[in-house]
Amino acid sequence: MNNRLLPAVLALVVGLVAGFLLYPMFAGSGDEPAPAVAASDGVDTPAEPAPLPVVESRSTLDLVRERGYVRCGVSQGLPGFSNPNDSGDWSGIDVDVCQAVAAAVFGDADKSRYTPLSAKERFTALQSGEIDVLTRNTTWSLTRDTALGLDFVGVNYYDGQGFMVRRELGVKSVMELDGAVVCTNTGTTTELNVADFFRSNGLAYSIVAFEKSDEVVAAYDAGRCDAFTTDASGLYSERLKLADFNDHVVLPEIISKEPLGPAVRQGDDQWADIVRWSLFAMVEAEELGVTSKNADDMRTTQNPAIRRLLGVEGAFGQNLGIPNDWAYKIITQVGNYGESFERGVGENTPLGIPRGLNALWKDGGLQYSPPVR
Amino acid sequence: MSSSPQPWNNPKLRAFAIQLAVLFVVGSFVWIVVDNTITNLQRQNIASGFGFLENPAGFGIALTLVEYTEQSSYGRALLIGFLNTLLVAVIGIFIATILGFTLGIARLSSNWLVAKIATVYIEVVRNVPLLLQLFFWYFAVLRALPLPRESLSLLEVAFLNNRGIYVPALLLEGNGLVLGLAAIVGAISAWLITRNAKRKRLETGEIVKGAAFAPLLVFVLPVLAFLIFGMGLKAEVPSLKGFGFKGGWSLIPEFVSLLLALSFYTAAFIAENVRSGILAVSKGQTEAARALGLKPTSVLRLVIIPQALRVIIPPLTSQYLNLTKNSSLAVAIAYPDLVSVFSGTVLNQTGQAVEVIAITMTIYLSLSLFTSLIMNWYNRHMALVER
Ligand SMILES: N[C@@H](CCC(=O)N[C@@H](CS)C(=O)NCC(=O)O)C(=O)O
Repeated sequence: MNNRLLPAVLALVVGLVAGFLLYPMFAGSGDEPAPAVAASDGVDTPAEPAPLPVVESRSTLDLVRERGYVRCGVSQGLPGFSNPNDSGDWSGIDVDVCQAVAAAVFGDADKSRYTPLSAKERFTALQSGEIDVLTRNTTWSLTRDTALGLDFVGVNYYDGQGFMVRRELGVKSVMELDGAVVCTNTGTTTELNVADFFRSNGLAYSIVAFEKSDEVVAAYDAGRCDAFTTDASGLYSERLKLADFNDHVVLPEIISKEPLGPAVRQGDDQWADIVRWSLFAMVEAEELGVTSKNADDMRTTQNPAIRRLLGVEGAFGQNLGIPNDWAYKIITQVGNYGESFERGVGENTPLGIPRGLNALWKDGGLQYSPPVR
Repeated sequence: MSSSPQPWNNPKLRAFAIQLAVLFVVGSFVWIVVDNTITNLQRQNIASGFGFLENPAGFGIALTLVEYTEQSSYGRALLIGFLNTLLVAVIGIFIATILGFTLGIARLSSNWLVAKIATVYIEVVRNVPLLLQLFFWYFAVLRALPLPRESLSLLEVAFLNNRGIYVPALLLEGNGLVLGLAAIVGAISAWLITRNAKRKRLETGEIVKGAAFAPLLVFVLPVLAFLIFGMGLKAEVPSLKGFGFKGGWSLIPEFVSLLLALSFYTAAFIAENVRSGILAVSKGQTEAARALGLKPTSVLRLVIIPQALRVIIPPLTSQYLNLTKNSSLAVAIAYPDLVSVFSGTVLNQTGQAVEVIAITMTIYLSLSLFTSLIMNWYNRHMALVER
């Protein structure tokens, strides 16, 4: 009764066997040479590495242009850095970097969308192409820059790790925290710094690590831990979520270097350059005294550095593969670095953070842009 | 047509060919996926391989059942996470089973109040998302408890505060092995006595007096050994030092809340399985057992439950599996389970998502298969009784 089915089954089997045998030949005929096996120690690489078409063979810039907007990975709500308001609009200094990239590429800062990510999810989201740029108060470290396949392109906030405790504890220094319970976020540099710090100072501690910041804050607030540790900026920001933030003090010690900056996928140099120079343009603008208010007037200035930055002279945008007025759009729509800082985290915001390390190099800080020329 | 059948008309051969084909499809699919992944990881300069397991972890973990320090390897951290998952799953299954059976039987109780309480419990707990219950047990309870300095204390030896539960540790002075041996000897003799008593009862109808107390031997023998060898017990009372309590035995709030949430939640489902299992045993069985003059408790224990178990065990198995898998919600309240430690911190620190997730999935799969294996064995054991 199954005689009619037979040819179909036979064809299937023959086809499969043929496909299975022939597959390596076709796949192997690609023009790309087999990649070196340097990084894989342990995984059996098939004897005949057959490079398949890589998912993303086209440049990030092309993909972004085609899509019509830039996708950025941000925090799940960290006031000052990346935080949504009631109507879902994001703001903060990390969001500004993303908007600067959108302004540079599209001439429109609003052509940007945000994906909130936990500390733990952020790198996978970037690696897998779910986002184009990670602007999520992320510390630049060697492992992340290499083994994770990412490229950090700059630092938009120089930070360090601090501690916060309840005022009533009467603790004045981190060195008094021997035997304390410390709350923090999983998947952060924080987790490692705490371990290093307490161990190297011979202090005992126990750590309670949550995936989400809201839970860290809630647990700290409920008294589960004696101290809450994260980036100092994060402490200022998370402190606002506490019932009465005057009951808490940030201890004076900073136990680590946390240079926070935007990251992109490794291997797309053009895209890395665009993000890097979008950030530099903001710093350069502040140094040259160009602001969102005066940028229009500045176009007629005779200062060559300003004329180059605003795209009046030279073809710097073209070299990046984007319109020549890229920096002009960034400055008019997002502002220079100083404007962004003051609007997001500065002394007139609830966070009230002084410029400190993030002042321009001229003013004794670390913010410095290579010349636009 | 010829009378001898063609090979493709042979159903066995045909089935074999089809299975072979399916195997090819699956095999080549897996191969393509693996190969493609490796190639792409290399292309994106993402580290791959399992070598990272030997690198130092560098982070601390709140609850470690075996030795672990910040200098231990990622592999060791994996072990810690796995043991913590196992701990909460095993104890959770134990509590959920006892509570579930009690509630299931209570819901069928002829006592109106008992039945209603069980019903309300089951309906409420079953219908509130587990994550919410977890947050409830964690944050509501944490907030209600005092800080270490204002701990609730029981006779100044046991303490309860928002850092956990602290009880005195009983430290044995002497060789613990002797007590263990005594307990084993006690267990074996209890089993022998019970078996002989049962055989005698079946053969002669005579009830061996005192045999019902045989299980107590498990405790009696170690106590005797303890006295004979003149061992001592030392209690180490926890005391407030610096920021919290030191010494004694303690349970961290993350563990307690996860355990409570998991076992209370799963118990509600088990209760329903138990109820349906009992209802599946026909009423005639009860009536017949009663007619034989069995007491109501004996009817339940000897007639109803053994038959109901056959219906209960398969869904019970999936509740056990659910509890184990649900324990991965631990990450929300900072309990350092496998997912939190390994596919959380380690993944993030090393960036080796593919390897870490593969290992994690393999472990959960093995745990589940192992549980199923045991339960299936038990199920067959129960089913064989059928006549
Ligand atoms: N800079 C550190 C820590 C970053 C981090 O996750 N910080 C927390 C606390 S400030 C945070 O961003 N929370 C907000 C959120 O989870 O969305 C890192 O890169 O590992």
